Amino acid sequence: MKKSISKIPFRGTPEQEKQLMEVIKKHRDQKDALIKVMQEAQEIYGYLPLEVQQMIAEGMNVPVEEVYGIATFYAMFSLSPKGENKISVCLGTACYVKGAQALIDRITEVLGIRPGECTEDGKFSLEACRCIGACGLAPVMTINDDVYGRLTDKDVDGILKKYMD
Amino acid sequence: MVSLDKIKAIRDRVRKQFLPADNTYRVVVGMATCGIAAGAKSVYDELVKVIKEKGLDNVTVSQTGCIGACQYEPIVEVYSGDQRVTYVKITADKVDEIIYRHLMGGHPVEKYTIGAVLKSGEDDNILSIEDTAFYKYQKRVALRNCGIINPESIDEYIAFDGYQALIDCITKYTPEEVIEIVKASGLRGRGGGGFPTGIKWSLAAKNQADQKYVCCNADEGDPGAFMDRSVLEGDPHAVIEAMAIAGYAIGATQGYIYVRAEYPVAVKRLKIAIDQAREYGLLGKNILGTDFTFDLDIRLGAGAFVCGEETALMTSIEGKRGEPRPRPPYPAVKGLFGKPTILNNVETYANIPQIILKGSEWFASMGTEKSKGTKVFALGGKINNTGLVEIPMGTTLRQVIEEIGGGIPNGKKFKAAQTGGPSGGCIPSSKFEIEIDYDNLVNIGSMMGSGGLIVMDEDTCMVDIAKFFLDFTVDESCGKCTPCRIGTKRLHEMLEKITSGNATMEDLDKLEELCYYIKDNALCGLGQTAPNPVLSTLKYFYDEYKAHVVDRKCPAGVCKNLISYVIDDTKCKRCTACKRACPVQAIEGAVKQPHVIDQSKCIKCGACYEACKFGAVVKR
Repeated sequence: MKKSISKIPFRGTPEQEKQLMEVIKKHRDQKDALIKVMQEAQEIYGYLPLEVQQMIAEGMNVPVEEVYGIATFYAMFSLSPKGENKISVCLGTACYVKGAQALIDRITEVLGIRPGECTEDGKFSLEACRCIGACGLAPVMTINDDVYGRLTDKDVDGILKKYMD
Repeated sequence: MVSLDKIKAIRDRVRKQFLPADNTYRVVVGMATCGIAAGAKSVYDELVKVIKEKGLDNVTVSQTGCIGACQYEPIVEVYSGDQRVTYVKITADKVDEIIYRHLMGGHPVEKYTIGAVLKSGEDDNILSIEDTAFYKYQKRVALRNCGIINPESIDEYIAFDGYQALIDCITKYTPEEVIEIVKASGLRGRGGGGFPTGIKWSLAAKNQADQKYVCCNADEGDPGAFMDRSVLEGDPHAVIEAMAIAGYAIGATQGYIYVRAEYPVAVKRLKIAIDQAREYGLLGKNILGTDFTFDLDIRLGAGAFVCGEETALMTSIEGKRGEPRPRPPYPAVKGLFGKPTILNNVETYANIPQIILKGSEWFASMGTEKSKGTKVFALGGKINNTGLVEIPMGTTLRQVIEEIGGGIPNGKKFKAAQTGGPSGGCIPSSKFEIEIDYDNLVNIGSMMGSGGLIVMDEDTCMVDIAKFFLDFTVDESCGKCTPCRIGTKRLHEMLEKITSGNATMEDLDKLEELCYYIKDNALCGLGQTAPNPVLSTLKYFYDEYKAHVVDRKCPAGVCKNLISYVIDDTKCKRCTACKRACPVQAIEGAVKQPHVIDQSKCIKCGACYEACKFGAVVKR
């Protein structure tokens, strides 16, 4: 899977680092816990910049290549930050057949970002996600934890507006 | 830990709640992910609030899993005496009326029931989902508790004979006998491959090792498939019980459930269920005071489709990049952490407790000669009744689409049904009468897969669909073996060439040749099956490919490069609606004058097509 690596500088805080060190300490001796540590690190930082990957590699005593290898292998790990509002449009088969691509096109038109990107003001990020299993409501998009179903491209503007202020 | 007598007492006590007397009511709200997405939480909260305000002590409210009729969510069901009433598309503002008229007045509110909402005439005045055509042809084994019990209550699971199969196994049967029962039932893997479950178990049982593992594949990655999610959200204890039975049968003490992180509700309910089972002594050391020890852990997937492949899944549990390993050695010999391991799918496990309780003959009496039992399908796409259906093996595709699914919306024509996700194929209308089982589907170039069944109508371009699936596999190929990494990329490029109108007939031959090459040479199941969407569409929709190549036309009007929009002057009312909608000023004309689209400017966005109310803009 292609991953875009962000050019936005790393802005981690000492509190975040402390949290991460605690996670690492808990799992240091488990040989199968690397993915778990990375999942928790992503929850702490919102994404996995190279700086964080280095901290994990040192803490877990594995080469940073191994951490990077896992980070790029699994779709859930993000190497660039997410927007304040995370939009994902489901591109599962049922949603695709029912016109999910038109939703993405409209969002790109309105916000000027393509899937995998984040707006410059950090307000919105867009991704095309794998089937979220709500096929009965196809086509579906989610913004943060809100699910919107049975959409057409005409619904997009109104929904985005709710998150604009 | 609770004793066997205590479990029996719980069963008898809680069972009574499920048989409410005539003047008492049990209200359940379908709260699987789809229900919650449709707004079930606010309906549930409102029900609880109003019932408390009115002090109705003859009413209980609880959540339940997936009731199955996705497009009618949120669904609320009311049980009283022998009566079951299914309310559909319920919102919080309808709750008052239901409580006042039904729970206090004793009269169901007909206008909100499923019968009133269903379109077909025969279903009028039906109150319960059980009497609809959607439900009538189904047979629920794996889904038996989904939509009935509260998935967060172990007592309710016990009330429906939960954990009795495990108790029977460890107190009455030897491990060999358990394996014999599963073998005799004819159960085959529901994840798609269809390998006989009993044989898998006996292979792992035979191998001696200091440690063995039982794994559950809940990394449901096929787009359009949500059977496993529904089982985990609706009946998590059934999977836990079955895994413990499998552990007893093969001599394993540790199990792992590998579940997608994209399924937070399923993960939450699994965690609750595992904790409850431990508390009752049904998981952990010396289960129910016997020598048998078994425990479970959850591992979260991180979004890699290939991890649904068994060896890749195990590599991922070990905390590495989830790349597949060559087989042999098979997992039964050398699996997770190099130890003998069995891996079964969620739905396979959900069948096990019933097989133990009701016997292998009962299970084998359902289905076809080589495919026994039932299969759950996630019915989606261009079909009236989307939802989760469980049918006996051998049901015809026509029954599923016309009778259960209620046909295609908007009077459109059925074109194909896609099964097996990116590994499967498209079944054309000429095979409409096919009896659905493992072998029949493979014979016509598709496969059972995990159970996604997506219906396509005349507006779907089959070349575009093949390209869609290849787009998926290119993205999800792990890159370990060349035939898959490079081969699928080349396939995708060829399809791109066809859909953009630049291909020759020679390309079609090359396309087919490359498909067979990838099939024969890829390392794992993902690569070996990746060409199936192309091969099956080439086989059944060759004319459509030819139209793209020779005529440079897309018959379904999907492939942008191959369609053009023109104005049918006989239908045009000269209102300029299309002209105003056009983002690039490609339409010439004024009020009361003919409108013409300038093809050199047109970007084929379809805005004019949408804007015209008279059907005067046509795709060619």
